[in-house]
Amino acid sequence: MDPFADTLRRLREAFGSGRTRPAEFRAAQLKGLGRFLRDNKQLLQEALLQDLHKSAFEAEVSEIRISQIEIDLALRNLRAWMKDEKVPKNLATQLDSAFIRKEPFGLVLIIAPWNYPVNLTLVPLVGALAAGNCVVLKPSEVSRSTEKILAEVLPRYLDQSCFAVVLGGPQETGQLLEHKFDYIFFTGNPRVGRIVMAAAAKHLTPVTLELGGKNPCYVDDDCDPQTVANRVAWFRYFNSGQTCVAPDYVLCSPDTQERLLPALQRAITRFYGEDPRSSPSLGRIISEKHFRRLRGLLGCGRVVIGGQSDESDRYIAPTVLVDVQETEPVMQEEIFGPILPIVNVRSLDEAIDFINRREKPLALYAFSNSNQVVKRVLAQTSSGGFCGNDGFMHMTLTSLPFGGVGASGMGSYHGKFSFDTFSHHRACLLRPPGLEKIYSLRYPPYSPRNLRMLLVAMEARSCSCTLL
Amino acid sequence: MKDEPVAKSLLVKLDSIFVRKEPLGLVLIIAPWNYPVYLTLVPLVGALAAGNCVVLKPSELSKGTEKVLAEVLPQYLDQSCFAVVLGGPQETQQLLEHKFDYVFFTGNPRVGRIVMAAAAKHLTPVTLELGGKNPCYVDDDCDPQTVANRVAWFRYFNSGQTCVAPDYVLCSPDTQERLLPALQRAITRFYGEDPRSSPSLGRIISEKHFRRLRGLLGCGRVVIGGQSDESDRYIAPTVLVDVQETEPVMQEEIFGPILPIVNVRSLDEAIDFINRREKPLALYAFSNSNQVVTQMLDRTSSGIFGGNQGFIHLILPSLPLGGVGNSGMGRYRGKFSFDTFSHHRASLLSPSGLEKLSEFYYPPYTDSRQQLIGWALGSHSCTLL
Repeated sequence: MDPFADTLRRLREAFGSGRTRPAEFRAAQLKGLGRFLRDNKQLLQEALLQDLHKSAFEAEVSEIRISQIEIDLALRNLRAWMKDEKVPKNLATQLDSAFIRKEPFGLVLIIAPWNYPVNLTLVPLVGALAAGNCVVLKPSEVSRSTEKILAEVLPRYLDQSCFAVVLGGPQETGQLLEHKFDYIFFTGNPRVGRIVMAAAAKHLTPVTLELGGKNPCYVDDDCDPQTVANRVAWFRYFNSGQTCVAPDYVLCSPDTQERLLPALQRAITRFYGEDPRSSPSLGRIISEKHFRRLRGLLGCGRVVIGGQSDESDRYIAPTVLVDVQETEPVMQEEIFGPILPIVNVRSLDEAIDFINRREKPLALYAFSNSNQVVKRVLAQTSSGGFCGNDGFMHMTLTSLPFGGVGASGMGSYHGKFSFDTFSHHRACLLRPPGLEKIYSLRYPPYSPRNLRMLLVAMEARSCSCTLL
Repeated sequence: MKDEPVAKSLLVKLDSIFVRKEPLGLVLIIAPWNYPVYLTLVPLVGALAAGNCVVLKPSELSKGTEKVLAEVLPQYLDQSCFAVVLGGPQETQQLLEHKFDYVFFTGNPRVGRIVMAAAAKHLTPVTLELGGKNPCYVDDDCDPQTVANRVAWFRYFNSGQTCVAPDYVLCSPDTQERLLPALQRAITRFYGEDPRSSPSLGRIISEKHFRRLRGLLGCGRVVIGGQSDESDRYIAPTVLVDVQETEPVMQEEIFGPILPIVNVRSLDEAIDFINRREKPLALYAFSNSNQVVTQMLDRTSSGIFGGNQGFIHLILPSLPLGGVGNSGMGRYRGKFSFDTFSHHRASLLSPSGLEKLSEFYYPPYTDSRQQLIGWALGSHSCTLL
């Protein structure tokens, strides 16, 4: 029994009817998304609180507001993004109309994760809808309360002939992936990313995979420890560490570690109080399975800050580990929790080597008063995104593409990049039907003289200086 | 190669923000046999310009060119960063078990699936330049000789072995009547009374493909051409009519000098016919009416689209070349090649001090701070960088 066949067929038919093509339709969908957020803000905040113990502040800043900004940006720019893009011509194509037409792919599948279940579901959705696609959304079953709202409330705000939510766990998702989609957008871990891409390969379906990795955070000797500690701590413990772009581990010299530790303690106390467990600003671990995984990691190296945990609450204290070996589990898997290991290196070179020996991460951070040091780290490594002297602020900018490289993913989105991700860029060249004499140059029987003239026409660019 | 600055919001006003283009690392280019110089070198230009090291696997079918690419080309490049590997399907499969940082493949969809599946194991991004049956709609409102000239040239160029060639014609029976003598005139003009002796006409790449094409000559009814000669791998510029959708010539990409004509009674029927099938790499519409061309463009999808001409796109590098759906993913040529082979790394450099400014988003969280940040996140600079 295939639970998805009917839904998918219905959506395909709707796409084939051309319903999603006009700008008015797409704008209406985007406005619907905006109303969904506004009408259900409290409901969503409650769900996020239940799923992740997410504070109202974090919910607003990293989930609701971010999504709203993307919706507004898409609405403001929709027609400009949809417009045919003219391209520069050469002499041979002077009389033609040459442009790139943006077209929807058709039926898009978005598989969303549990850590920012509003943001990482809605922001791709904005791009897919703006680009004129029909969408199947598979929200995470792990963030149960948010899943409920996405499944029961969200569809009421959209045209349901062109949008559907499907529910289920790994098995159902596997079944879903056997079907043909015209694009698949997946956010999750690399292991599942491979499965998604392999399934997509059977249908030659293009994909964007937003994956993860261990994001290194290099802290130079030349820095102000308290400033660095504040920033690293905030970005590490935000959402209780369950952020794909959070600093995963620190690389610094033993001296800097000495200065950093008390500064980290001060930052943690300042942010979460003497008893972080009672702070409303600190989140909780999403599930028992992840809690137990993280509790296991607390045994690596040596705990110098935090280390407490409570299964009844899925609470893990903001923790810092030292004397950590590269072979220990905490340095082998993406942590995705409020645990920060510090690994010692003796120099910038050693730090760069350490980083380059490992998989390319989604994010890479370097803290230093020296601009030169920051630029060196940037120049001698690779990662999805990079930030010098701050955490994942780059994610909030809709003008920067957000995506991984290597094991941390492929493709990118946010802002116009989302629209482009979910569009096929069709190269078009329209020639006037007559004027056959001019174009006869290229026909056989081939002659050296004609060839010469043709080559000149291909080389010569348009003489016009005006922008199209 | 230059870092591309981007628009900033209020929250990051003092930062340096840009997109850095980085090479991906080790790139594999698998090239085909039909335009073995072009379809090998143009991707190579992009990969090298983007700063990658490259492994090139030229087609073993175009043996003469393969030799030159394997033996002469490396002498012109830094061989510590470039290598040519040779072999057939088995060796290519072995090659694909290794991890690459990018794989660029030109070939048919069947092998495209194999390449993408192999790439999936290593989470390697790919560009697949595939193929399909490229429809060529000819409207009643057209000048048959102009259309015939253009269609014939683009069909028989390289003896039809072009991924973006018009694969079949869709037109009304009336237009077919006018088109046939015009096609004959065009073929005679281009290749003479005896096309076999024309120096302007190519040959089929291999015996396997020759036999495949000779088989297709049995479909429908031959009205022009139809001759073949195995000793020469020669197939005459051919036109077929009375072709059924179920016949082999309408089931597989032809990739040879054979042009079937399928009858439709209207533009709508042509569009339905096209949309029932896999998205092609190229789609052509010939009409004196701009409206007809525009309708065909608006109501179908394809890698590229041509109105009143064939694949002349190829002489304009500012137009990307790439498929959609079954005809491929990704695109290249010109700057698109450079971008294809680069990682676009979002970079933000913040000054190291100014901690007081950052403080307002730290916990313990307050309502007023929340409002302020929400507003700052959404603000945009009015000036372009």
